[in-house]
Amino acid sequence: MQYALLIYGEDGRWETFSKEEQEAMTQEYMAIGMSPQTKSGADLGELSKATTVRVKDGKTVTMDGPFAETKEYLGGFYLVECDNLDDAIEIAGRIPAARTGGAIEVRPVVEH
Amino acid sequence: MVPRNGIRRTPEQSPDVLHAGVASERLGRIFREEWGRVLASLMGVLGDFELAEDALQDAVAAALERWPADGVPANPAAWLVATARNRAIDRIRRERTLAHKTGLLQRLAELEPAPNEEDPLPDERLSLIFTCCHPALAPEAQVGLTLRAVGGLTTAEIARAFLVPERTMAQRLVRAKHKVRDAGIPFRVPPEHLLAERLGAVLAVVYLIFNEGYAATSADELVRGDLCEEALRLAKLLSILLPDEPEALGLLALMLFHDSRRAARTSPEGTLVLLEEQDRALWNRAEIAEGERVLARACKAGPRGLYRLQAEIASVHAHTQQPELTDWRRIVELYDELVVLAPSPVVELNRAAAVAMADGLRRGLSLIDRIEGLDDYYLLHAARADLLRRDGRRAEAAASYRRAIDLATNPVERSFFERRLAEVR
Repeated sequence: MQYALLIYGEDGRWETFSKEEQEAMTQEYMAIGMSPQTKSGADLGELSKATTVRVKDGKTVTMDGPFAETKEYLGGFYLVECDNLDDAIEIAGRIPAARTGGAIEVRPVVEH
Repeated sequence: MVPRNGIRRTPEQSPDVLHAGVASERLGRIFREEWGRVLASLMGVLGDFELAEDALQDAVAAALERWPADGVPANPAAWLVATARNRAIDRIRRERTLAHKTGLLQRLAELEPAPNEEDPLPDERLSLIFTCCHPALAPEAQVGLTLRAVGGLTTAEIARAFLVPERTMAQRLVRAKHKVRDAGIPFRVPPEHLLAERLGAVLAVVYLIFNEGYAATSADELVRGDLCEEALRLAKLLSILLPDEPEALGLLALMLFHDSRRAARTSPEGTLVLLEEQDRALWNRAEIAEGERVLARACKAGPRGLYRLQAEIASVHAHTQQPELTDWRRIVELYDELVVLAPSPVVELNRAAAVAMADGLRRGLSLIDRIEGLDDYYLLHAARADLLRRDGRRAEAAASYRRAIDLATNPVERSFFERRLAEVR
């Protein structure tokens, strides 16, 4: 089964870590990204770069900022291939954001 | 004690048939006993609760047709698995898409019926329990699914026991079953590194079922008493499937001690009777003896845990003939350990109450007044009120009883506090 591991955290939290901490965590993110179970993933960067798009009456409306104004926002994700939910939870538990005030939402990918 | 009706826990569609007198009480008992084991076997192959349950219900319906005439097979569980397997194959051929079909049918083909009908089925109920109590399911869903799948209770029975509309419970169960299938919750006993944590979740579910039954109000006493028995049945099953887990044994011992007092806990009028005032002749001696045996096994199996410590406390009470002979010193010592092992304000409160009995009321009261975070917990005010009442401080006791009455939700307990309030006024 495939699972999306959605990484939620507080905007600006990353900047509060020291250079060494950032370095160490980046290594961890890279390691998860390169593990054989990981199919793809992305770092979605800063929230200030987000643009929200809607189409109303055939007209495209774009807005600066994220879809929802919440404290915790989606900062990145991994797409992983696992035998079961327990294995996906285990990978989620290794993501640095999970232990630094953020949270990982584990979502099974629907097969069509 | 509520007499147990043999037809209580039958599959969803069969009660009408059973009431019509088609099946004997004996058949009902067989279905109840075998439900969890047969469902576990089917789940192991299908990994889908709805498919497994539908197939099992088909098999039960077939058994109700055949068994009264042909006689009950030597190995009813094996018969039910074999029949359910064939019904599942029919259902899959009819309903599933091709890609989905091939995998499932392949696995079903591997589920050969036992070559010799006498052969016992491999028992996969432990996997079933761990799946039902997976932490990715909401606690109330874990409880409902465990009672339905392992205990074989009907949705209506579970809904009644938890005082929710049947529709609500049905939706809750369906959502949980779909999540097990679609989120890939594994059907297995967790590997070693997850076992301790997951077993904790299983034991919590069993204890929650027991407490739901134990906090019974007189109006629905019948269903609720059955919940205590169901929790005991689950704990006994765990003690057989996991014979060396000290906490599984500790929980069983604890519940046996509590359950031994069930008949003495309410008066004939349905009012609450506190431990101190209970007629100890009504305590169930056989259950106390069994609790003691299980506790001894728990002590041999490993180090002290949360449940075993509480069982040891309950054991002190169980062996005290008169309340004034209670060894409160020993109970305080056990609570001292519990506070270290599982620190929480509720444990502190219980310890404070024991200290009051061992070292004096004032000492207990001052400990209670130092507890933080339980201002809205009715039992804190009830315990405080009780100590103040014993100390002769009637006005203060009355104030605390009033607070307990405001916060309590169980009508039996509330009316008890009201009686006490009337006494101190």
